Amino acid sequence: MSVHLSESPPAIELRDVYFHYDKRDQEPVLVIKKLVVQTAEQVFLYGDSGSGKTTLLNLLSGVAVPSKGEILLFGQPFSKLSSRKRDKFRSRHIGVVFQQFNLIPYLSVLKNIQLASYFAKKHRNDMENRATDILLGLKLPLEVLHKPARALSVGQQQRVAIARALINQPEILIVDEPTSALDMSARDAFITLLTEICQQLKTTLIFVSHDISLKRYFKTAIDISELKTTGFHHVN
Amino acid sequence: MLIELAVKSLASRRKSVLLTFMSLVISISVLISVEHIRSQAKDSFNRTIAGVDLIVGAPSGQLNLLLYSVFRMGSATSNIDYESYQKLKNNDQVEWAIPMSLGDSHRGFRVLGTDENYFKHYKYGNKQTLALSQGEAFSSLFEVVIGADVAQRLKYKVGDSVVIAHGIGSTSFSKHDNTPFKISGVLAPTGTPVDKTLHVSLNAIEAIHLPLSKQNLLLKNPAAVTLKPASVTAVMLGLKSKFMTFKIQRDINNDQNDRLSAILPGVALTELWQILSTVENILTGISILVLISSLFGLSTMLLMTMQQRSNEIAVLRVLGAGPMILFGLVLIESLVVILLANLTALTLLSGALVYLSDWLAVNYGLFLSGGLLNWRILELVLMITIAAVITAFIPAIEAYKQALHTSLSANS
Repeated sequence: MSVHLSESPPAIELRDVYFHYDKRDQEPVLVIKKLVVQTAEQVFLYGDSGSGKTTLLNLLSGVAVPSKGEILLFGQPFSKLSSRKRDKFRSRHIGVVFQQFNLIPYLSVLKNIQLASYFAKKHRNDMENRATDILLGLKLPLEVLHKPARALSVGQQQRVAIARALINQPEILIVDEPTSALDMSARDAFITLLTEICQQLKTTLIFVSHDISLKRYFKTAIDISELKTTGFHHVN
Repeated sequence: MLIELAVKSLASRRKSVLLTFMSLVISISVLISVEHIRSQAKDSFNRTIAGVDLIVGAPSGQLNLLLYSVFRMGSATSNIDYESYQKLKNNDQVEWAIPMSLGDSHRGFRVLGTDENYFKHYKYGNKQTLALSQGEAFSSLFEVVIGADVAQRLKYKVGDSVVIAHGIGSTSFSKHDNTPFKISGVLAPTGTPVDKTLHVSLNAIEAIHLPLSKQNLLLKNPAAVTLKPASVTAVMLGLKSKFMTFKIQRDINNDQNDRLSAILPGVALTELWQILSTVENILTGISILVLISSLFGLSTMLLMTMQQRSNEIAVLRVLGAGPMILFGLVLIESLVVILLANLTALTLLSGALVYLSDWLAVNYGLFLSGGLLNWRILELVLMITIAAVITAFIPAIEAYKQALHTSLSANS
């Protein structure tokens, strides 16, 4: 039995989650007996390609649902919600950053960020100020705000992607190999920035990568293949 | 925001969008212009002649006779004797007869030799007689009354001198330079071929065709030469009793001594219209097919880009856009394209109508009004838009499916 140190429910909790791509398949692609991530925790999830990383990400963000078991976010049965409600929940509470192609290339940086608050239905007048603050925090020059996203360097695009993921003040930020398109020095700066800003905003961070060398930036590291076989249970 | 997204997305694919857009503009323009010409042509067609019971000419098909006598198109196979005209005119049943002598032109406009009965009895539209907007009908040999379009296009006014040429066409080899005519009157616009006609007396037509020496003599002393018309091209008849129309027609057609052909203008108009409407139905059919292929082009264009846009869809998905929103986005995109195409087609056609209506009227006898925005056309535009949205369901459903099966990291 685990002992919960915090009184509030954990940010993420997976219970007996099974996932099959096809319902007729006998062998599940992914089995996770138990996974708990506390609020404001920063978790490094690593595993080789094919280890089920993508599946886990799809489940955590609600794009896919488990064929068995359930996923709770802040105590809410996220995976049991209707797809419309999951979409809404995601837009408000989960930020996602991919490896690449995070932005709509033909929209300006500002529009890209506005899109996130549009779908979250959080129209606010200070949106531009908040975007400015976050961009400054991410050490992006402000003149990029009105440039089309495709005019930015890959490193800048990744930082804008984080700014967009954070604009709705999500409780959970999921990043999937965000540094694979960056070079070494840019990668260091990027991860440091990311972990700092998540700490500031008390955002739960799930950082997924196949690159085990990035492990050193995080207190908690989970090997997906191990998780799959043993059913990891983690308490902060 | 969604509309802005759709517009910017289209703008980012402007090359393929522009090509699709142009094909839509062309097909919509074709469809609308066919529809417009169809309704307008029927109107202007039916108002060309009224109140004439019979048209008599040399034996030929009734369409040919109708075309050259009423529409001033083509030419007569042969003329009829002047005596025949007088015989018709003196028939007990005939109330009035308008002689028509055609075959000459002035700068591309036809010249009609006739007499005062033309101004008295010729009717068009809702049985309106011809009215003069300036001056008066011709009274002497070298006077001419011109139609409204002739006056407008050639900037003629009462008192101006004009030269009438033998033959049809604006450049004629035998210009009758010797016989200048003076404009005595200008007719009010009628919207019929009358507007494009110059009217002179029958004797004037004879005078044009006199040998040069006789013309000189005539110009010096009008009384020196006796003019007697030998033939006319056609005669329009008004009868005392409408009930006698068929009998008179039969009598004229069966006269063994004088081979003539009498036609009922209404019947001939209907026959002509039927020929034209077959052509129009074919045109409408073809333009609908062209439109359908353009609409499929639009849907193909959107469908093809769905594959390229999988990243875009994944991004919108994680931002919380549900499958229905992506479905709607594609529909909005097609709606934006089709509405712009409709608007462009209507603007282009309205512009073209303003600039080409004169040319169409002069060259094809088509009198089109510039007013495109009637209910029939709006209905058509609405139908095109609905058809476009329906065809856009194919790519929209694809977007919906892609959204359902989005995987967050398609690249890893």
